[in-house]
Amino acid sequence: MGLVRKLGAASLHIIHRMGIMGLFLARAFFYSAIPPVKFFRLLKQIRFIGLQSTLVIVLTGAFTGMVMSLQGFYTLNRFGSEAFLGPMVALSLIKEMGPVLSGLMVTARAGSAITAEIGIMRISDQIDAMELMGLNPFRYLVVPNFLAGIIALPLLVAIFDVVGIFGGYLVGVKLLGVGAGTYFGEMANYVDMEDIREGFYKSLSFGIIITWVCCYKGYHTGTSGHGAEGVSKATTQAVVLSSVLILVWDYFMTSLLF
Amino acid sequence: MIEIEELYKSFDGFEVLKGISLRIDKGEILVLIGRSGYGKSVILKHIAGLMKPDRGRVVVDGKDVGKLKGKDLSQLRSRLGFLFQGGALFGSMSVFDNVAFPLQEKARLSKEEIRKRVIYELDQVGLSGAEEKYPSQLSGGMQKRVALARELVWEPEIMLFDEPTTGLDPIIGHAILNLIENLHKQLNFTGIIVTHEIARVFGIVSKVAMIHEGVIKAVGPPEDILSSEDPIVRQFIKGEIDGPVSYR
Repeated sequence: MGLVRKLGAASLHIIHRMGIMGLFLARAFFYSAIPPVKFFRLLKQIRFIGLQSTLVIVLTGAFTGMVMSLQGFYTLNRFGSEAFLGPMVALSLIKEMGPVLSGLMVTARAGSAITAEIGIMRISDQIDAMELMGLNPFRYLVVPNFLAGIIALPLLVAIFDVVGIFGGYLVGVKLLGVGAGTYFGEMANYVDMEDIREGFYKSLSFGIIITWVCCYKGYHTGTSGHGAEGVSKATTQAVVLSSVLILVWDYFMTSLLF
Repeated sequence: MIEIEELYKSFDGFEVLKGISLRIDKGEILVLIGRSGYGKSVILKHIAGLMKPDRGRVVVDGKDVGKLKGKDLSQLRSRLGFLFQGGALFGSMSVFDNVAFPLQEKARLSKEEIRKRVIYELDQVGLSGAEEKYPSQLSGGMQKRVALARELVWEPEIMLFDEPTTGLDPIIGHAILNLIENLHKQLNFTGIIVTHEIARVFGIVSKVAMIHEGVIKAVGPPEDILSSEDPIVRQFIKGEIDGPVSYR
């Protein structure tokens, strides 16, 4: 009986927290849609989430494209289909690898920092102080991150895709001898606008997931631990939950929407 | 005027406040004393509307704080200053920006007017010339004085001080209490000071309340508290280890 009660209590707790998270997302959309938006803070966060993630995105994109080209070449070679190396690299990057890996990289680099920053503000009473000034902390802390994520992620994914395709070109064409015309020509034949749109929608939704989860975890720091330990736990949970949600949402988006 | 009526609050099943009732008249300063973890800061957060009571209510100038929402709550808060234990300064902003922040966001003042107000408030707390520094470059006492300047910039009618001298050396602690006393004379705010600095703070206030195990154990003028025959009050005031209150 005790076990059943514990299970019930745990389930209710999870449902309760999911409800709070859902409301948090609804509030983020609501305040993002209603002015005023803190413009300079938004620019600052676009710089932080977008511009300052460029290097890691370029590096990850280049090596992902290169390894895909390498693996793809030897696999396609077995069937005598090396000509399709370009489309294979491009489609994999545009539809899956670009959005997912960019999402995971941004979670690790920027998402964790967002949670830690907001979490420290929570435990040091800065958010309460803001409320007592009659200001809405949501507008200052959540909305700029939320909008910045929505703007920056698709741009970062575009960079990832382009660099990845170029990385694939270096390995496939320059190293393994596939014709440059074949690599790019077949790509133009097989990659549709629909594929690019799929990647774009995914990147957009990943931008929402990352900033939603990371802001939420920072804003509610202290629910699973106090002080520095609470911030550390919130940051870990934010990174894990964002990453898992990206992969789960990616599957459902691919299977249901496309 | 602040009236706290039968205030109850629990956290995770542990009842911190068990029916607190207090009254602070306009222009009066009350000192709230009691052992750490017994809900003194919780009372301040209820007055500021940062927490909702489980039972009972907090009434500020006839308005039930727990029921205020939106603009009404903002209106109350715009008359209220809260000095947090750690100062709650924005770490990524300079001292100037910290003090100017509420004015920049809420008041319709020109840049020059804001600058003048900030410089004036920083001068009031003895921090002229520290405008460009960041909170991490300041000592604990300086941080508390900047936080005080940030609250004073609104000229609040109610000031809540959560342990304003904790962690400071006796000289800086004394300076902060003197500052509070002088500012009270100037602004005549209604105030509550949560503190353990019994000897020094009793000299500047008209009323003291002691909270013990979730209830008000004693309330009255400082002289009455100092001469109290209640063994719990006496033990706390004298800081004795032996007595009815276990330190474990």
